[in-house]
Amino acid sequence: MSDRKIVDAKNTFCPGPLMELIASMKQAEVGDELEVLSTDEGSANDIPEWIKKVGHQVLDSFNENGVWHVIVRKQK
Amino acid sequence: MSNKVSIVVISGDREQLQMAAMLASVAAVSGSEVTVFLSMNAVRYFQQDDNSLAPAEGEVGVLLQNKNAPDFRELFQSAAELGDANIYPCSMALDILKLSTDELVEYIGEPLGLTKFLEMSSDSQVWSF
Repeated sequence: MSDRKIVDAKNTFCPGPLMELIASMKQAEVGDELEVLSTDEGSANDIPEWIKKVGHQVLDSFNENGVWHVIVRKQK
Repeated sequence: MSNKVSIVVISGDREQLQMAAMLASVAAVSGSEVTVFLSMNAVRYFQQDDNSLAPAEGEVGVLLQNKNAPDFRELFQSAAELGDANIYPCSMALDILKLSTDELVEYIGEPLGLTKFLEMSSDSQVWSF
């Protein structure tokens, strides 16, 4: 399994976390896992929607100490 | 629903520019073909080396600046670089402002007239700000 890349998008607002994830996604290989950290709840909801829409996979999504973690896998 | 999104931006107010940029960037990275037409008071914010703040219309605009929201210019740039967005300045607005395309940021395309924009957007969703 490849290392999971952390995309630290804390303290930025919508759609900052999504844009940072996508920029990292472009550089990732198919099968790679990325974990976005966000303090913006809207983004925590919106990122899984985007992942579903474009056909990647959400592995997990949870809040830990006020920070949302959304873990995704690049599928294509 | 059409997968083409056209966005007309004429306002020079922060909230309007921000919302247009958010819509453009999210649509572009979600697989839509996005066309942005910048005219009237919006154009001046896309000059090179100009990071001047657009004035806030209201409370949220003031808060946006203090809350580390991405700058609207960064979002338009992401739309063009990460997704399928083309951003065009209005040729009339450039004439009035005496600006050439060379003076605009590099992710902005060639000036567009209304006839061409109407043709390009005829089968798309159209949003205006």
